[in-house]
Amino acid sequence: MFKRSEQDKRPPVQIFVDGVAVAARQGDTVSAALLASGVDARRSTAVSGAPRLPYCMMGVCFDCLVTIDGVGNRQGCLVPVAEGMRIEIQKGKREIGR
Amino acid sequence: MSVAPKREDYDVVVIGAGPAGLAAAATSAEAGLATLLLDENIGPGGQVFRAISSTPVTDRNQLGTDYWVGADLVQALRAGNAEVIHRATVWSLDRNLDIAVSIGGASAFVKAKRVILATGALERPFPIPGWTLPGVMTAGAAQTMLKSSALVPDGRTVIAGQGPLLWLLAAQILRLGGRIDRILDTTERGNYVAALPHAFAFLTSPYFTKGLSMMREVKAKVQVVSGITELAASGDGQLASVSYVAGGKRETIPADLLLLHQGVVPNVNLAMAAGVEHRWDDLQLCWSPVLDASGSSSVAGIAIAGDGAGIGGANAAVVRGRIAARAAVEALTPAAAAKLPAMATLRSDLAKAERGRVFLDTLFRPAPQFRIPAGDTIVCRCEEVTAKDVLDSVAIGATGPNQLKAYRRTGMGPCQGRLCGLTVTELMAQARGKTPQEIGYYRLRAPVKPITLAELAAVPKSEDDVKAVVRG
Amino acid sequence: MTLNVDAIVIGGGIHGCSTALHLCLAGLKPLLIEKDYAGRHASGVNAGGVRQLARHIPEIPLSIRSMGIWEKISDLLDDDCSFESYGQVLVAESEEELAVCRARVAELNALGFTHEELIDAAELRRLVPAVAETCPGGVVSRRDGAANPAQTTTAFRRKAEQLGATVREGVAASNIRHREGLWHVDVGPESFAAPVLVNAAGAWAGKIAADLGEPVPVETVAPMLMITSRVPHFIDPVVILRGRKLSFKQFKNGTVLIGGGHLATPYQDRNETVLDWKSLATSAQTVFELFPVMRSAAIVRAWAGIEAKMKDDIPVFGPSSRHKGLYHQFGFSLHGFQLGPGAGAVMAELIVNGGSQTRISELGIDRFHPITL
Repeated sequence: MFKRSEQDKRPPVQIFVDGVAVAARQGDTVSAALLASGVDARRSTAVSGAPRLPYCMMGVCFDCLVTIDGVGNRQGCLVPVAEGMRIEIQKGKREIGR
Repeated sequence: MSVAPKREDYDVVVIGAGPAGLAAAATSAEAGLATLLLDENIGPGGQVFRAISSTPVTDRNQLGTDYWVGADLVQALRAGNAEVIHRATVWSLDRNLDIAVSIGGASAFVKAKRVILATGALERPFPIPGWTLPGVMTAGAAQTMLKSSALVPDGRTVIAGQGPLLWLLAAQILRLGGRIDRILDTTERGNYVAALPHAFAFLTSPYFTKGLSMMREVKAKVQVVSGITELAASGDGQLASVSYVAGGKRETIPADLLLLHQGVVPNVNLAMAAGVEHRWDDLQLCWSPVLDASGSSSVAGIAIAGDGAGIGGANAAVVRGRIAARAAVEALTPAAAAKLPAMATLRSDLAKAERGRVFLDTLFRPAPQFRIPAGDTIVCRCEEVTAKDVLDSVAIGATGPNQLKAYRRTGMGPCQGRLCGLTVTELMAQARGKTPQEIGYYRLRAPVKPITLAELAAVPKSEDDVKAVVRG
Repeated sequence: MTLNVDAIVIGGGIHGCSTALHLCLAGLKPLLIEKDYAGRHASGVNAGGVRQLARHIPEIPLSIRSMGIWEKISDLLDDDCSFESYGQVLVAESEEELAVCRARVAELNALGFTHEELIDAAELRRLVPAVAETCPGGVVSRRDGAANPAQTTTAFRRKAEQLGATVREGVAASNIRHREGLWHVDVGPESFAAPVLVNAAGAWAGKIAADLGEPVPVETVAPMLMITSRVPHFIDPVVILRGRKLSFKQFKNGTVLIGGGHLATPYQDRNETVLDWKSLATSAQTVFELFPVMRSAAIVRAWAGIEAKMKDDIPVFGPSSRHKGLYHQFGFSLHGFQLGPGAGAVMAELIVNGGSQTRISELGIDRFHPITL
């Protein structure tokens, strides 16, 4: 859906999406890294289970919710990636209290 | 990395580091006031100057000169003593000017003598069939990725809607080597006539020549279809095609990405939750705060600057930020106001920056069918409530958005009505034959962004409550 | 021109709406006046608890009467009000608290009330598996439950109107006066008269009573509530605590409502409340300790509704002690929602028959003002 421009010279950052290593760049938000990676990052909604991807990328739509390093319901579009960060795509109601 | 505010009390707390917030915080700090700037994003700039300090797009022509103005604002802020905290989400503000802010998973409380809200705008909801499908995003979302990560569309891409940002985005995508298959212009034909009386002001505004050359640049490379009267996205779990009607003729094209945009509207959640009075703006078709000439709201001590005060664009936002900050300085330390630009100068700057706005608002007034959906089209994305659901509730007695919540939970999801509120107001107004002002809006409450129970539990408690627990 | 009706009910909360409905059922044509809209304040935004559990003894008969109506609420209103009955459980957090529970249940049994039942740790765990393991037991009221307060209040209003009540919303009742045996009330440009006036104006009722010469010790309060995003189902009954301020309820849609009576600052004249986050943090702390499973749940909204709280925590319910044809129905002190259906039925009986089989003698305004009628 998206590709990186060649002029982007930012250093690479490795994150893990559902356990799989994914290449990101320093300064990417989690949502941008997911969309750039080509992995299936669709979450499913808590109400009907419908698939969603980020819609606004500016912190208002909450369609980018992901679990980041074990903390659920984070807005992926507001969180920068960090080396070794572990992302889980949320399916349905977030499971609390694991 | 995340640091809590250094103090519990500030003279001025500015919320939002877009053009208005950057200018307000710099002005306030320059006058010697203890100033805190809280911003939710990773770096300064807000939406229009997003990633201004970090963008990987190094060729300055690609993002355009209007973008790089933001660098000067950041420099001016950094030259002063304002305390700046990014990735700081303000989740509560009340009429006592008590502010709750979440930073790095922990909440802190600060108190201000003056608050300047510079929470900016968000893109108007564009509730067409299929707008919740993966692959449908806002144009602003694509622009955010372009500015902050140099990402551009490379699949089959359709841009639909209207307004200056749409053309700017298209130009930027093309300059960075991205792909656009088609642009679907939803501007109503009648708007051109309606906007004509305001055209003179626009012709003499800075928007005019830039806008025209950008449209020319885009139209040279992309097929543009104008006069779109219907628009829908479809696909099974993922966008597959976009269909539209233009000139009475329906066409369906395959697509991987649909970028929607029909203007921006004030981001009112924090201001409304603080009790600031808002009114329906019939021209801009949104809620705008009731403000005096200095940006002061109905809540003593809270001023609003930038697009949150009513859409005026980045140049106006900067000036509004300076005006609000100057008013705060005049109130708190009048002597220091002397070294700031005179209010009269600022007001004339503002008039200049706002020139041509009425023309744009009239020309790009979104068509009713793209604001007020019907049938199975989703209105509330969080709770997955359709237009039909809303109308059914009206039929059994829901009279306004707040009553509707009891029937359908619209606006009660995490986005707190940001993506459905305007649609619900207009839909109910139409169904009940009332004005949007009469129908009203959701009563918004903190937290304006969700916080975890654990984070709230860790907040320092008041003495009375500690005692109450001991007593129990 | 003055329009004559059979009764004027001031206040479109659940109480006013229920009384209007029951007056209609008794064949009267009432007028219901609500200054905002039905359910705008406490009745529409409370926790929705339908609770006989842990009530003050003087109001238990009214509560039991009400419970009977709740259990057939669809028959009455053609609306299920989202009422569900999974019981309410009061949790004792220590042996000392359990001893208080034991004494309370014994006291109720001696008075002939059997709805509260003492439970041990095993039964508590069976009913509320997620509760912290240190809790030794508690009390259950098995017929209790919860409903959607806004839906319920709106349903009462709608049914009352369908059965012939005149409803005026968005304009306050004004110029209340008694003349030639009739109560006269202005509603904007309109003027109404009736032999009966019911003061069910919630947080605004104390002023009406005082203006009519019956001041009572009442204050305006705004109990706070907060709700989480949807989480997987883990609890059925409503849970309240013996010692600390907490009520806790998970709805069918997965959201969890946390309340318990911590107070916001009300600004009654502006219809506004300012939340006290440090108190809400105390509630969050209590949930954190009691239900570890909830720690990562997201709080999405908090709010408070404005209502009247009596100094003795018992409502003012029944005829005026000074004026013929005046009835009071207010001051439900944070626990009036469950009483709404029954109170409307009993109030209609008082008005139409001059009395009720349901014992309400300790709720009257005569506890503050000797009867001079």
